Amino acid sequence: MKDERPDKRTDWEKGTEPALTPLGTPPEPPVRPREGDIIHTAPELAVGEADVRSAEMGALEPIKGTSLWKDAWRRLLKNRLAVFGMIVVAIIALASIIGPFIIKATTGFTYDTVPPEMELSKAMPPFRDVNGNFSALHPMGTDILGRDVLSRVLIGGRISLMVGIISTLVSLLIGITYGATSGYLGGRVDNVMMRIVDVLYSLPYMMIVIVLLAFFGGRSPLGQLFLLFIALGAVSWLTMARIVRGQVISLKNQEFVLAARATGVSTAKIIFRHLVPNTLGPVIVYATLTIPQVMLQEAFLSFLGLGVQAPLASWGSLASEGIQNIAIFPWQLIFPGVTMALTLFSLNFLGDGLRDALDPQMRKT
Amino acid sequence: MNNGNILSVRDLRTYFETEDGTVKAVDGISFDLERGETLGIVGESGSGKSVTNLSIIRLIPEPPGKIVSGEILFHGEDIRALPVEELRRIRGKRIAMIFQDPMTSLNPFMRISRQLMEMTELHLGYTKDQAYEHAIKMLETVGIPDARTRVDSYPHEFSGGMRQRVMIAMALSCEPELLIADEPTTALDVTIQAQILELIKKLKQDTGTSVILITHDLGVVAGMTDHIIVMYAGKVFEQAPTHELFSCPGNPYTKGLLRSVPDPTAEQGALYQIPGLPPDVAHLPPGCPFAPRCERAEEICRAEFPPFVKLNEEHFSLCHFAEEVYAKSCGERDERQARQRQATSQRQETSSAGAETERNG
Amino acid sequence: MLRFIIRRLLITIPMVLIIVTLTWGLIRLAPGNFYTGEKRIPPAIVKNIREKYGLDKPWYAQYGKMMWGIVRGDFGDSLTYPGQSVNQILWRSLPVSATLGILAYLLALAVGLTTGTLAALRQNSKLDYASMALAMLGISIPNFVLGPLLVLVFSLTFYWLPPARWNGFPSWNLIMPVLTLSALYMAYIARLTRSGMLEVLRADYVRTARAKGLSEKQVIFRHVMRGGLLPVISFSGPALAYLITGTVVVEQIFALPGLGNYFLNANFARDEPLIIGIVAFLAILILVFNLLVDIAYALIDPRIRY
Repeated sequence: MKDERPDKRTDWEKGTEPALTPLGTPPEPPVRPREGDIIHTAPELAVGEADVRSAEMGALEPIKGTSLWKDAWRRLLKNRLAVFGMIVVAIIALASIIGPFIIKATTGFTYDTVPPEMELSKAMPPFRDVNGNFSALHPMGTDILGRDVLSRVLIGGRISLMVGIISTLVSLLIGITYGATSGYLGGRVDNVMMRIVDVLYSLPYMMIVIVLLAFFGGRSPLGQLFLLFIALGAVSWLTMARIVRGQVISLKNQEFVLAARATGVSTAKIIFRHLVPNTLGPVIVYATLTIPQVMLQEAFLSFLGLGVQAPLASWGSLASEGIQNIAIFPWQLIFPGVTMALTLFSLNFLGDGLRDALDPQMRKT
Repeated sequence: MNNGNILSVRDLRTYFETEDGTVKAVDGISFDLERGETLGIVGESGSGKSVTNLSIIRLIPEPPGKIVSGEILFHGEDIRALPVEELRRIRGKRIAMIFQDPMTSLNPFMRISRQLMEMTELHLGYTKDQAYEHAIKMLETVGIPDARTRVDSYPHEFSGGMRQRVMIAMALSCEPELLIADEPTTALDVTIQAQILELIKKLKQDTGTSVILITHDLGVVAGMTDHIIVMYAGKVFEQAPTHELFSCPGNPYTKGLLRSVPDPTAEQGALYQIPGLPPDVAHLPPGCPFAPRCERAEEICRAEFPPFVKLNEEHFSLCHFAEEVYAKSCGERDERQARQRQATSQRQETSSAGAETERNG
Repeated sequence: MLRFIIRRLLITIPMVLIIVTLTWGLIRLAPGNFYTGEKRIPPAIVKNIREKYGLDKPWYAQYGKMMWGIVRGDFGDSLTYPGQSVNQILWRSLPVSATLGILAYLLALAVGLTTGTLAALRQNSKLDYASMALAMLGISIPNFVLGPLLVLVFSLTFYWLPPARWNGFPSWNLIMPVLTLSALYMAYIARLTRSGMLEVLRADYVRTARAKGLSEKQVIFRHVMRGGLLPVISFSGPALAYLITGTVVVEQIFALPGLGNYFLNANFARDEPLIIGIVAFLAILILVFNLLVDIAYALIDPRIRY
């Protein structure tokens, strides 16, 4: 298959390799930014022209390595939606971690406290007590067993975020190892490894995950959680592998790698010491975008009753409980559902913002 | 108004709004182009040369860009004031453009034939058959072998040089009065560069179109143009007839550019390079924008914007010391010429002397 | 091209077999089986049944029998639905899921392409921001939250639409399930279209097209559309896989007798033939569909040659 599609990667993804000035042209001073100004804002670039750059960098002071990150951070802070996302995610994460303790300390409720006086199963609406008067005891009401929905949503957040982060780490581990190996070895090996990824892309893998969880899960809540990490991580690494491979291919012929190879550094060391650290930017961006995806998959499985098992709760399993009584107690669905949507919304904005910040060419003019 | 000028640009200003503030990409450019004349615009990247020419046919992406002020008189008619429909009748038909990168300037999803036919169908009202035949004729004109069999190819089936020929064929298919070539050879191999330049030169002679040739390469403009404009930081730094600019530059920046053209006869191998970086056009210093890199700079250069000095009827330079620089380089030229005359006469003497010895021996 | 198609079709066969083997292996490695459920069945009957389904034979004989059946297109009989073959169940439930999926995807294409294109053409306008925020919302709201919320509003509050059940095509019952299933793809396609179009709008060849004097409409339709839509085309492959996953949830919420619903029940009941039948069927569907997508891609982009 001959693929001549235009390379969609940015210069930054390809690594900056200045083109040589052909003989006979005056060496144009390279378009090299000063510190804190990584992108060249000259209008000629804005209209899509890239002039030939000079290879003669010797006269110029080298750019400080931190400036890319500093600069990306500065751009990220300018992106209002990304900052909004960052703040919301931070608040929800913090609330999930310490919230249940505070609730327990102030009201005595935990996520599985069934109040003894609740003889009749009747869920209380938000901010109401048993008699229908205002009460701040349950800001999100209670469920049908009288359990505090707020503590349940917060506990669910813990599990959902944990599954999201750990499964993403698993997918990072697989994806980076696979992608870096494939990209670095190149040639036939690369070809075969990438064909495998292509094939896996087109599999109905969620079906197989369902089978896996249905047949192996359900023995212990913690075991189930572990199974979820592995299963979701194992199906989310494909794109990551592709991204890392692309990065490694563009980096592997650069001088620092050649130098390492010439001095006899082992292949594994070159890959993980020299190449992988240089692919961090896109990896971070994509990891940020993988977390909400994995959380969505976890919720999907929990919703079907295959994911997180009682007494543990996740946003998906809470929503699934909520649906049973949606006509009478809609808040049982709305609170976990909206919290989850808000979290995913914020994470997605944060991921988009990170991508724009780390990838100057993609940014809006 | 029509004094033989096909194009008159008066005080053109094109600004871009960016995160870092307003970038004055083109800031007060004026020039005239006579019928049949070739004008070279030279400058480093970021100097505003491409923006100038995109502004002429109003192809500046808007936003962020905007033509803030100025007149672009094409046959005395202000292009800026034209309604879009009329502007479109000028684009491609009367003013055509060739862009820098032939690899990306042709639509990869469309056959070459379609892309060529589009021009004549649109502007000359050709039928499909007429347009098709014309497309083949144009490809032959620009020297593509087997034009008839290759006309239905896709761009990726052509090499870079071939694609640039296609671009030229496309640009010339409606016999435009003005051809704007924006770095037409920069993306090409050196051997192909010469061929493409030769082609433009020949077609220009055959059709009599006026040409604006944009480049960063002084070597390219030397043999092609009648006049040259040197741009820096959105301003015209020097404007002169080609031979005068080369022999007797009146601006330190132009001198720097000329010094950095490799001279194969020179003894020393190191190439001169203007120190420093092109300026950040969003944050220009108050004085002369070239002052931080200029060898001749003095206190006044950093404090005051330089005047646009008229050195003679056709020669202008933006510099506080324009006259001094001009006088100095004219002196150098005379010296050089004197040395050369001397050298040639010496060589003649030695060779004739050698011939004599030979004869005698 | 023809060689490519044949080669790809030939690859499809072993791939389906691999997927089936994987699923079968998972089921067999798991502790317990269909008969270790809650119902107490007398051992004699179990023995009879095991003989009937060949479960008393060694594993390789069973595997061989199953594979031979699949190759012939016969997935055997369901365990949970006595007397019904897997094929019968497939052909009964497929129209439900297919109707849902096709309608949802068409809706997503229509809405996503339009908003994505408009957003790209008016980049950084209010319309652009609003539609992209909405798209982000579509990506972030889980379908099992969106569906019940729709039910809550349109069925339980206003009584406009029936809350559940299958009622054939066309029917009011379809509106909410299709909307629920479609939301995510609308959002994805709108975002893909927008970024694809934006990238092409910035391309040099579009500048060339403008410099030719073409009208904005001609520029968009002749020069921008093709390149701009390529990401949407390549997305349609993965989209099918996601759609199938989505139908599982939507059929669950709206109590629709589709493939997803049967698949889920089969998993809970450990109905091995039905699970394997559905997995094999979907695998074939996805692989063939991906081949079609690749062909379409090659037809649109002349630079791709197989």
